[in-house]
Amino acid sequence: MSEAFSVLWLQAGSCGGCTMSALAADDVGLVAALDRFGIRLLWHPALSAQSGPDALDILADAAAGRIAVDALCVEGAVMTGPNGTGRFQMMAGTGQSTAAWIAAIAAQARHVVAVGSCAAYGGIPMAGANPTDATGLQFLGFDGAGLLPRSFVARGGLPVINVAGCAPHPGWLVETLAELALSGTCALDGLGRPRAFADHLAHHGCSRNEFYEFKASAARASDRGCLMENLGCKATQAPGDCNLRRWNGYGSCTDAGYACINCTTPGFQDCGAPFLETAKIAGIPVGLPVDMPKAWFVALAALSKSATPQRVRTNAHADHVIVPPIHRPPRSP
Amino acid sequence: MTARRLIVGPFNRVEGDLEVTLDIADGMVREARVTAPLYRGFEQILGGRPPEDCLVIAPRICGICSVSQSTAAARALAVIAGAAPPPNGRLAADLILAAENAADHLTHFVLFFMPDFAHQTYARRPWFAAAQRRFAAGHGECARALVPARARFLHLMGLLAGKWPHSLALQPGGVTKGVDSGERIRLLSILAEFREALETHLFADRLERIAALASRADLDAWAGAEAPDRGDFRLFLHIARDLGLSGLGRGPATFLSYGSFGLWPAGVTVDGRTAALDPAGIGEDLTSAWMAGPTQPDAFKDGAYSWCKAPRLNGAVAEVGALARQVVAGDPLATALAANGGSVLARVVMRLVELARLVVAMEGWVRAIRPAEPFCEESPLPLRGQGSGLVEAARGALGHWLTIEAGIIRDYRIIAPTTWNFSPRDAGGCPGPLEQALAGTPVDPGDRNPVAVQHVVRSFDPCMVCTVH
Repeated sequence: MSEAFSVLWLQAGSCGGCTMSALAADDVGLVAALDRFGIRLLWHPALSAQSGPDALDILADAAAGRIAVDALCVEGAVMTGPNGTGRFQMMAGTGQSTAAWIAAIAAQARHVVAVGSCAAYGGIPMAGANPTDATGLQFLGFDGAGLLPRSFVARGGLPVINVAGCAPHPGWLVETLAELALSGTCALDGLGRPRAFADHLAHHGCSRNEFYEFKASAARASDRGCLMENLGCKATQAPGDCNLRRWNGYGSCTDAGYACINCTTPGFQDCGAPFLETAKIAGIPVGLPVDMPKAWFVALAALSKSATPQRVRTNAHADHVIVPPIHRPPRSP
Repeated sequence: MTARRLIVGPFNRVEGDLEVTLDIADGMVREARVTAPLYRGFEQILGGRPPEDCLVIAPRICGICSVSQSTAAARALAVIAGAAPPPNGRLAADLILAAENAADHLTHFVLFFMPDFAHQTYARRPWFAAAQRRFAAGHGECARALVPARARFLHLMGLLAGKWPHSLALQPGGVTKGVDSGERIRLLSILAEFREALETHLFADRLERIAALASRADLDAWAGAEAPDRGDFRLFLHIARDLGLSGLGRGPATFLSYGSFGLWPAGVTVDGRTAALDPAGIGEDLTSAWMAGPTQPDAFKDGAYSWCKAPRLNGAVAEVGALARQVVAGDPLATALAANGGSVLARVVMRLVELARLVVAMEGWVRAIRPAEPFCEESPLPLRGQGSGLVEAARGALGHWLTIEAGIIRDYRIIAPTTWNFSPRDAGGCPGPLEQALAGTPVDPGDRNPVAVQHVVRSFDPCMVCTVH
């Protein structure tokens, strides 16, 4: 690869969790995983040597267009309050709001990448009354405009690329940046998410699939059954290839026995019901699997429940396998 | 010599936003003011929500102390529900928390703290070439070896907690994931691999030998027993001796710990005397914070200079962290190193010694898991109640105080470790621990970015995103 693809990383109103997730990328870490694609960090707040005035020189050069920024990565929601001043987050050592720095560098960068659902859509900081007027880079929740207008297009021709998730899988970030470095573009869905992961659902590949098929549902935390009917799982609605790849080598949310909270979707932080309980009307979950007609879901659920094997029913209410599968010799046709 | 004021920021490798204002005279810092420049309003956000939602919201205060925040929230709910996790649930929860603490200790040393010794300021020191080779940000050998080791160690999180950060595995009644017999073996494999990486690169010795270091003389003898670059811990001790880091960053001689894992008890140590901790003595002073009330921000408040509130124990400043944990527990090495208050050396040494002790303890906890016995009990919540969740995060004492009324969160208060350590001045004008520790730090004339200040700040392993939530 001839010239390095440069990434400048800023943390807005973030928890730092997207960086922490990325630090385990591909079991080698963010720096090494990106290096394989000729991607270099110009500056990253948690990983770079430069501090104070040395770091400010880099930011000032980037804002003025004196150094090329192939991708500006922003982690965290942009704090625009109080009253539009941005004083809920001032960039240390500059007397200017972080919001102003992001806007200035976004205007120069070839691509702008929102890392995590906070930077993409506002996320957790805009929950409830949104006390800090937190916003995403190009979206405010599902419909609104963020720090940048909905018409924003970066110099490279793409809108803000929303690597959503709380925190996103490190692979989503590395693969998005690598795609940009290799091909200069990236296919996005209607909410700015890379289609590479957002065309799947978190439900795909869920290890609880047999329990789902028979609607053999968990009743309490640590049960092995399906988490959708009672414990709030939204994996059948949530974009992401979460169960088609592993998290931290082994896991996923549903593998570990807790609900998918649909963290790749704008507004997930205010889902209108307790996160860990399934909202229902007349006993039927409000959030049905996407693309599925309600009448069919109800009919199929009733049918599959009536057909549930005793093994599946029993194991659904235990934290370990009580009844193993029956042993049968292989049959010839 | 003329006095001058220096504003240092943005401070990187501190997990979040930090600005430090230094008043310098006669070649040293006279006064320091520590500013946390980011406010997100988590205490406001949590109010009015269903109580169990804190298990989703609270960990997202911080991506590096995520499990610690989960643990505090789950413990507060458990107090209100009267829940007590079964033995397996306790073991799994302790493993998850210990994994975060151990990974954080390693991350701090490798990625946040040590790269400063590869700074050109030290180009003439005899150890500089070794420090550059091992610790340079981005491509140092130490990070190239231990960042992958950390990633593979976090497979333990994948297995027990689904992912890290931001898991929902920790519940008031235990954990959501049972461990079967095969998974128990895999956990031991993960720990064995991590042990090997630490013993090869970081310590160049057995974990048990590091865990047993018991005095200053013992530490010095261990450091001198081999070539200075045999293990990154030894190289640090060599650098620390050359730079006098035992005399840098002197903190208040008051240490606070909520106690951890049943290994290290709770308490408070003042000038070497340890007493029981009464959490009722903990309060927050708002004098220098941009806060009109405990959860009401005021960005334009006169005289304020930080979003950080000032926690005090019976009105007194206290330092928290791995050093505090070990001092309060009566550990002889920690007690010797912190006889006159914490220092850069003491904080870093006790973090690494604790890392060795944690991994040894974790191996025992995995062996104690009994597959096919329960990992979680049901824990229905009453409509009203009050509870607190106290936990030792990697960086020190973390507390959640929760009040439920009519089935929703009425009040949620959080005091994080770095809120203690990086607190601003209180009503009595008393500076916080870092502000005290920075006073006296040498600064060369004209230096815009004094590296000794960096050492002092980072020695606390600050987590600014927790500090102001």
